[in-house]
Amino acid sequence: MSNKEKHWEKTKGNMFLTLALWFFFGYIIFMFGESLNSASFLGYPLAYYMCAQGSIVAFVIILFWSANRQEKIDEECGFAERGEDD
Amino acid sequence: MFKGKFIDNLPKIYGTYTGGFLVFIILMAIAEQAGMTAKTIGILFVAFTVCIYAFIGWMSRTVQVDAYYVAGRSVPTVFNGMATAADWMSGASFVAMAGGIYFGGYTYMAFLIGWTGGYILVSSLLAPYLRKFGCYTVPDFIGTRYGGNLARFCAVVVLTLASFTYVTAQINATGTIAARALSIPFELGVWVGLVSILLCSMLGGMRAVTWTQVAQYIVLIIAYLLPIFWISNKGGYGFFPHLMLGEEVARLGELEAQFGLVKNAAADVKAAGVPGGLKSISLPHSEVPAGGMAAWKFISLVICMMVGTASLPHILMRYFTTPSVKAARKSVAWSLFFIALLYTSAPMLATLSKLSLMDPNLATGIIGKDISAVMSIDWVQAWTAQKQAFIADFNGDGILQLNEWFMRGDVVVLSTPEVAGLPYVISGLVAAGGMAAAMSTADGLILAIANALSHDVYYKIIDPKADVRKRLLVARGLLIVIGAAGAYIASMRITSILGAVAWAFDFAMSGLFFPLVLGVWWKRATRQGAIAGMITGLASGTAYLIYVYPKFMGNPAWLGIDHLRFGIIGASVCLVVMVVVSLMTPAPDSSTQKMIDEVRIPTGKTILGKQH
Repeated sequence: MSNKEKHWEKTKGNMFLTLALWFFFGYIIFMFGESLNSASFLGYPLAYYMCAQGSIVAFVIILFWSANRQEKIDEECGFAERGEDD
Repeated sequence: MFKGKFIDNLPKIYGTYTGGFLVFIILMAIAEQAGMTAKTIGILFVAFTVCIYAFIGWMSRTVQVDAYYVAGRSVPTVFNGMATAADWMSGASFVAMAGGIYFGGYTYMAFLIGWTGGYILVSSLLAPYLRKFGCYTVPDFIGTRYGGNLARFCAVVVLTLASFTYVTAQINATGTIAARALSIPFELGVWVGLVSILLCSMLGGMRAVTWTQVAQYIVLIIAYLLPIFWISNKGGYGFFPHLMLGEEVARLGELEAQFGLVKNAAADVKAAGVPGGLKSISLPHSEVPAGGMAAWKFISLVICMMVGTASLPHILMRYFTTPSVKAARKSVAWSLFFIALLYTSAPMLATLSKLSLMDPNLATGIIGKDISAVMSIDWVQAWTAQKQAFIADFNGDGILQLNEWFMRGDVVVLSTPEVAGLPYVISGLVAAGGMAAAMSTADGLILAIANALSHDVYYKIIDPKADVRKRLLVARGLLIVIGAAGAYIASMRITSILGAVAWAFDFAMSGLFFPLVLGVWWKRATRQGAIAGMITGLASGTAYLIYVYPKFMGNPAWLGIDHLRFGIIGASVCLVVMVVVSLMTPAPDSSTQKMIDEVRIPTGKTILGKQH
C-alpha cells in the first residue's frame, strides 16, 4: 500500500470517528430527550442543558480534537505542510 | 506605532480597536448621565461603528485578483474564525434567536444544535479539501472537479437562489435597525443599510469583508454578552449566568404550570386585532414534548440546518482565505468557538427575560397583574405604540394572563435592557451589535453571489480573455446590482412572503451538499451525475416546498416534513439521482482521478493556480 493510500485510509478513519461522535451529540441524545430530561445537570433538566450548551461545547471540543488528530496523521505519512504555517 | 506587516500586527490592531470601543461605551455612559438624549446616543452608536467599518473597508482596497476573491490567502486561523462567526451570525441570530427560544423553548432550540453541529461536516468533509483545491468560489470547485460549463452554471444557480433568499432578510434587518436608531423611515433605512454594507466590501472584496467582519464580531459579541451578565448580576441570579440559571429554568416550569400554557385559537387572535407577527407563549421552556413525532421533528430540523450549513457558499468560501490546509481545518474549530459564545448565551437571555416578565414576585413581572397597571408602564406603552407588543383581555377579567400578552420575537433582545432597567447606553450598544450582525452576513452573502457571477459566469463562461481590471470592474458592478436588488425587495416589505431564513439552508442542501461532498469523497462521481443531481435535487426540493407551504398549495406535510425541512426531500433525491447516473455513465478520466488524489493530501501545489 502506497503512502498516499495509507494516508487516505487513516484520514477516512478519522472522519468516520469524528462523525460518529457528531452523530451521538447531535442526534442520539435528542432521540431520548424525553427521558433524559428527568435527570439534571447543574440544576438544569439534562436534555435542555445539552441543547442549550452541552452539545455545542462538545462540538467545539470535537473539532479541535479531530483537527489535531488529522495533523498527526499528515505528519506520520509525510504530508504535513511546512513553511507556510499560520 | 505599528511596525512591520499588517498581518503581524493584527492582535495589536484589534486589541486597540476593542479598547477604543469600550472607551466609547464608557464615554456614552458618561454623556447619558450628563443628560444626552436616548436618541442622540442611538445615532452616535450606529454612526460611529459604521464609520469604522467603512474606514477599514477603504484601507483594505485592492486591485489584486487573489486579494479581491480570497483575501490573498493570508488570514490567520483565529481571525478567520472571528470573521466566519460574524459572517455566520446574522441579524436573525442576534435579534431573533433569543426570541425564538422565548416562545418556542426546547422545540426551537433544535436550531441551536443545527446551526452549530454543521461545522463538523464542514471541517471533516469539505473545508480542508476545498482549500487545497485553491478555488475562488464554490462553483469554481464544481466546475473544475466535474468539468464543463453546465456543471459550473448549475452550481451558480443553486448558490444564487440560496444566498439571495438569505440576503433580503439581512438587508431588511439592517433597515429596521438603522430606521430605529437614526429615526428615519424604514424604506430609507434599507438604503442607508445597503450603502454601509457596500462601503465595507466594494473596494476590497474579500479582503475588506474579512477585516470588517472581525471588527463587527467584536462589536456584536460585546453587545450580546454585556447585557446578559449585567442583568444576571443585577438581579442576583448568579455572576456567571450560563452555569447558574438552573433554579430559574425550574421556576419557569412552575410558573407555566401556575398560569397554564394556552394556545389561542387563530379566530380569537384575529378578532382581538392582534397585529401580525406577534405571539404569546404557548410552549414549555424546558420540557421535552412527548412522543416519537415530536422527537423526529426536532431531529429532522437539526438535519436540515446542519447539512445546509455545510452547503452554504458564503461560509465555505471563508475557508479559502487561510494560508494552509491545516489552518483551514483549525479555523473551522475557532469559528465554532466564537459562534458558541453567542449561541450558548441565547437560552440564558431568553430565560432571564421570560422570568422577568412572568414572575409576579419580581418588580418587572407583568403576567398576572392588573392590565391597567401594566398599560401604564413606559416600555409597554412604547412597544405597543409601535405594534411590537399587544394586550388582548380574552376572558375580560382585567388581569393579564400568559396567553393574553403578545409580543414580537425581536423585542426580546431589543427590550430586555430596558425592561430590566439598564441605562439607555446598553440599548444603543445592542442596536450597534444588531447592525454589525446583519451587515456582516449581508456582506458575505452579496460577495458570494457577486463573485460567483463575476468569476464563474462572466470570466469562466462568457469572456475568458478579460483582463484583471475588467474582471474586478465587473465584480464590483455586480456587487452594487445585487445589493440594490436585495434592498429594493426589502424596501417593498414583502420579505414575509419570501419565507424563512431556514429556506436558504434547504435550497443549499438540496442542490449543493452531495455534489460537493461526493466530489471529494467518491472518485466515481461523474459530471453527468453531478449535473443531474443538482437539477433534480433543487427541482424536487422546490416542488415539495410549493406543495407544502401554507401560502402556496398548503398540502399536509408528509412525515412531518414541512416547509422548514424541504431540504430533506431535495437532498435525498439529489443523492439517489447522482449515484445512479454516475454509475450509468463512464468513470471520470485518469487526470480527474489524479486530481482527486492530490486534493486529498495537504501538501503540494493547489489544483488551481494562485491567480486563475
